[in-house]
Amino acid sequence: MKKIEAIIQPHKLEEVKEALKAIGIDGMTITEVRGHGRQKGHKEIYRGMEYQVDLLPKIKLEMVIPDARYDEVIQTLVKSAHTGKIGDGKIFVFDVLEAIRIRNDDRGEGAL
Amino acid sequence: MRYLWIPFLFLTALVSAQPPDLEKRLADLTAATKAAQSAGDNAWMLVSAALVLMMTGPGLALFYGGLVRRKNVLATMMQSFVLMAWVTVIWALVGYSLAFAEGSTPFLGGFNYLFLHNVGAAPNADYAGTIPQSTFMIYQLMFAIITPALICGAFAERMKFSAMLLFMTLWMFLVYFPMAHMVWGKGGLLNAALGGKIPCFDFAGGTVVHITSGVSALVCALYMGKRKGYPNEPMRPHSMVISTIGACLLWVGWFGFNAGSALAASSLATSAFVATHFAAAAAALSWMVAEWMHTGKPSVLGAISGSVAGLVAITPASGFVKPMPALIIGLIAGVVCFLMATSVKKMFGYDDSLDAFGVHGAGGTLGALLTGVFATKEINDLLSGKPMGWADGNAAQVGNQAIGCLIAIGLAVVGTFIILKICDAILGVRVSEEQEIEGLDLSMHGEEGYNFEA
Repeated sequence: MKKIEAIIQPHKLEEVKEALKAIGIDGMTITEVRGHGRQKGHKEIYRGMEYQVDLLPKIKLEMVIPDARYDEVIQTLVKSAHTGKIGDGKIFVFDVLEAIRIRNDDRGEGAL
Repeated sequence: MRYLWIPFLFLTALVSAQPPDLEKRLADLTAATKAAQSAGDNAWMLVSAALVLMMTGPGLALFYGGLVRRKNVLATMMQSFVLMAWVTVIWALVGYSLAFAEGSTPFLGGFNYLFLHNVGAAPNADYAGTIPQSTFMIYQLMFAIITPALICGAFAERMKFSAMLLFMTLWMFLVYFPMAHMVWGKGGLLNAALGGKIPCFDFAGGTVVHITSGVSALVCALYMGKRKGYPNEPMRPHSMVISTIGACLLWVGWFGFNAGSALAASSLATSAFVATHFAAAAAALSWMVAEWMHTGKPSVLGAISGSVAGLVAITPASGFVKPMPALIIGLIAGVVCFLMATSVKKMFGYDDSLDAFGVHGAGGTLGALLTGVFATKEINDLLSGKPMGWADGNAAQVGNQAIGCLIAIGLAVVGTFIILKICDAILGVRVSEEQEIEGLDLSMHGEEGYNFEA
């Protein structure tokens, strides 16, 4: 099993969710986060005080998928989250040791 | 002939029945007219009092609350709220008396109205002859409440709650009651309406409320020092939405503050209402445009701050100037306060967190001086035919205004410094570094402003 963490632009969330749903991936956890890679922030001015706001709003998607579907999911994710501009985001992949369904104690890929 | 007295008596009775009946009817009519006038005046004054209280809660509470960081929002709002309660008690017991009873000096009132003795339904002709003195008292109370609340803008996010309560208590006695008495109280040194030695025109409290609080704010900011991390760490307003709502409530409430200072539902009240509104509008625009030219974008914070600056500046002038000068006063105030709150503050580096000095101190002084320029007997014939301000040819009035400003400034500086020393010695005015980092909501009040996860 692989855990996929994708940091994407907030305005791409709907497109990404629809694309994943279309290939049968429903389960995911979504968090609102702030961060940046090489994307520049913006300037805010309050009564003459300038603030450089570097932490930009992003969306983090987390999902755990069976190994067999890895290539398909990554392709779908990248295609739907892509705009071509700096700030599109990143995807990180981790190996997962175990998955457990709390309701009935299903284990492994059967719990996904 | 013997019974001639009967028709004679009858005729006399008939003739003498007319005049007393007519006189009585006239007297009744006059009394009814006066009662109707009083009813109108009292209705307006009670509404005005409510409007001014609304300026503190929730007006100022929201305005200031939105400007601080989230971890301090409750503490900031609490400062305004608790003063609504605490100043009320002080005022009821002794404050009204010290401000408005005649005293043995021109600087402070006496104790005639201690515990509001003799303050009831009967009007006090020295102040407002058509409304109960109780109405006048409660109206003035709302001014006494908002004045200390304004100071909180200077030491936002770092003052100990207990020290603030002590500070404000002492400040009322040492600064507010004397200043209110000098400008508005019978026998007051600066009271233009009641023959003060140095007649100073201050219709609704430019000196009493704004200069005293604004300058005291500066002293507090300098004494207490900057917030930890200022000016390098970003400390953005956590909710401009809340601040904008607060500013709008201040604008509307200010009609009670200024137009209510006519103390009657009169054409003077209308005039003050109009002048107030015009100044707010002009200042909102002039701050906004000044900022637009300076930084490239017109900010909401700038627009709402501008409106407050205009309202502050027109406060002393509101019942003395014509509508067009009101626009001019607003226009100037927007630009001047914009510079004070941005360039000047940055230049000197003090942390007047919510610009209490930049807006109220500077705006109040500007307004007081411009009152001397634009005051005219065509709007308010306070001196029974004598020229009012420069607009009437009496340029010297600007000098009197300046003296009033200097007294307010002096009193504020000296009084505040002494009080800070006392409070610091007894309680310590500034929170600890840990408390400041944790946020005052938790450290002072054990609460959090927003519990969205709950």
